[in-house]
Amino acid sequence: MFTGLMLNTWITGSIVAVIAGMVGFFAVLRGQTFAAHAIPNGAFAGAAGASLLGINVLWGLAVFAIGGALGIGALGSERQGRKGRNDVVTALGLVLMLGLGALFISISSEYAEETYALLFGEVFGISQGEVLPILLLGIVSVVAIGVAFRPLMLTSALPEVAEARGVSTRRADLYFLVVMALATSMTVPVVGALLMFSLMIGPAAAARSVTARPGAALALSVAIALATVWISIALSYRTNWPLGFFVGVAGAVFYLLGQGARALGVSRARLTA
Amino acid sequence: MHYLFEPGLFASGPVRTALLVGAVVAVTSGVIGVFTVIRGQSFAGHSLADVATTGGSGAFLVGLNQFWGFLAAGIAAAALMEGIGVQRRRGRDVATGVVLGAALGAAALFLYLGTLHTSTTGASFTVLFGSIFVISPDTVPALIASGIIALVVVALLTRVLLLSSLSSDLARAKGVPVRIVGMVYLAALAVSVSLAAVAIGAVLSTALLIGPSATALRVSKSPGWAMAVSALTGVAATWIGIVLAYDSYYWPPHGHGWPVSFFVVTLVLIGYLLTYVKRPRRLAPRSPHEGAECSPA
Repeated sequence: MFTGLMLNTWITGSIVAVIAGMVGFFAVLRGQTFAAHAIPNGAFAGAAGASLLGINVLWGLAVFAIGGALGIGALGSERQGRKGRNDVVTALGLVLMLGLGALFISISSEYAEETYALLFGEVFGISQGEVLPILLLGIVSVVAIGVAFRPLMLTSALPEVAEARGVSTRRADLYFLVVMALATSMTVPVVGALLMFSLMIGPAAAARSVTARPGAALALSVAIALATVWISIALSYRTNWPLGFFVGVAGAVFYLLGQGARALGVSRARLTA
Repeated sequence: MHYLFEPGLFASGPVRTALLVGAVVAVTSGVIGVFTVIRGQSFAGHSLADVATTGGSGAFLVGLNQFWGFLAAGIAAAALMEGIGVQRRRGRDVATGVVLGAALGAAALFLYLGTLHTSTTGASFTVLFGSIFVISPDTVPALIASGIIALVVVALLTRVLLLSSLSSDLARAKGVPVRIVGMVYLAALAVSVSLAAVAIGAVLSTALLIGPSATALRVSKSPGWAMAVSALTGVAATWIGIVLAYDSYYWPPHGHGWPVSFFVVTLVLIGYLLTYVKRPRRLAPRSPHEGAECSPA
């Protein structure tokens, strides 16, 4: 379970979990859950296009993810409180990319297994050569979030104060979406488009319901994402069932546990202490 | 004309079924979508569609018609979302997301188990991206009937729905049971999403739900007009999409049709983007109340 190719699986899974935990924390905090769903799914279409052209899948993922992020950011409304319009733009951007994906898949003669792997993840059988680019992209995403940590926090928690200090909420949104796109393009081949979303939202939402302090919530979010991935890999290895199933269920279970802990007043005690 | 409509287009049984079902689907999604956009529930609508995928793949696993799977999962998800509070604005996206994540995990498992037993690998593609040309004639009456039921329910509730969408406090003060109305509406939404899932696929049904209605809300002044424009736009996009898909059999790569879903999505999107081109730039500053009646899009 810990030898050869499986070692790559554990390493890659851990990198993905750290990124998803971090990016997801901000996605939940900023209320960009829908974007967190749309960008990985759109990226999947890029992967299908890349495999049609016969180039590295990572390129297709990156182009579609970043293109989608820029499109959603550009057409979205700059004004606060117009979330409805942002949702509409996100939905339409998502379906455009998925529509292209449907076209690419139907034209290409690839087997359906590859489509399935991109949607639902294929963490086993990652080669040494694939680990390095994922690691690099991961470091870039972490650094990008670290550099902009303060403005991102400020625009998430107190948008009015941020505007008053000359920090543009809109620019922060766009920046964050691009970082999410970067993170997505490396993680989709591993956990799959549909499940990258669960990995971003589940742990972050669970962490947020347990503690209100940003630093602690961020750390907890990463820890829960790591736990989710490790448990999922182990179970998937044992049962041969798809990894995505365990990731999705574990995310929901952790969220329910977090809500339960909150209901029991754990968080209130911690806040007053 | 001969080049646009390939010979034999309207004589073909599957095409006629597709045009009929496509129209029903487009009208249902168009009308119900207007409320989805007004209520700011685009994400909920999309999530219902994705959760319906779970039902579709489950139905595929046990060998039922996919529509029933879509429908059962859609309505169950609508009830669950209402339970965790999709009507409230704060925190609902996260709750929706968690339900969606778990459901997608289950879909992954069902599809995996399904392909394990039957080795028909095209199943995940059909469930996710639909195939309007292979709808079996047996299900057509059921599809049309459920579309009409959803439409009638929403038509009866139009006034109440609009009121509770724009101001739930006002609606409550007037004695409208806001929660029940919201739940009935979500059930109708689930039906419409299941229909669209059969036609253009679960993950693309959002296109028919949100696209035409967002377009219509940008160009029309009253909700009634918006519904009409939205239904018409949806039908136009679907029909042109079907015709183009039929024609595309003769496009490169040879002997391989392009998917209907792709054309429908592209047409819907072009329609939405056109509203940005047409609208003249406003010179006077907007008053805060202007456009508040029906344009969150």
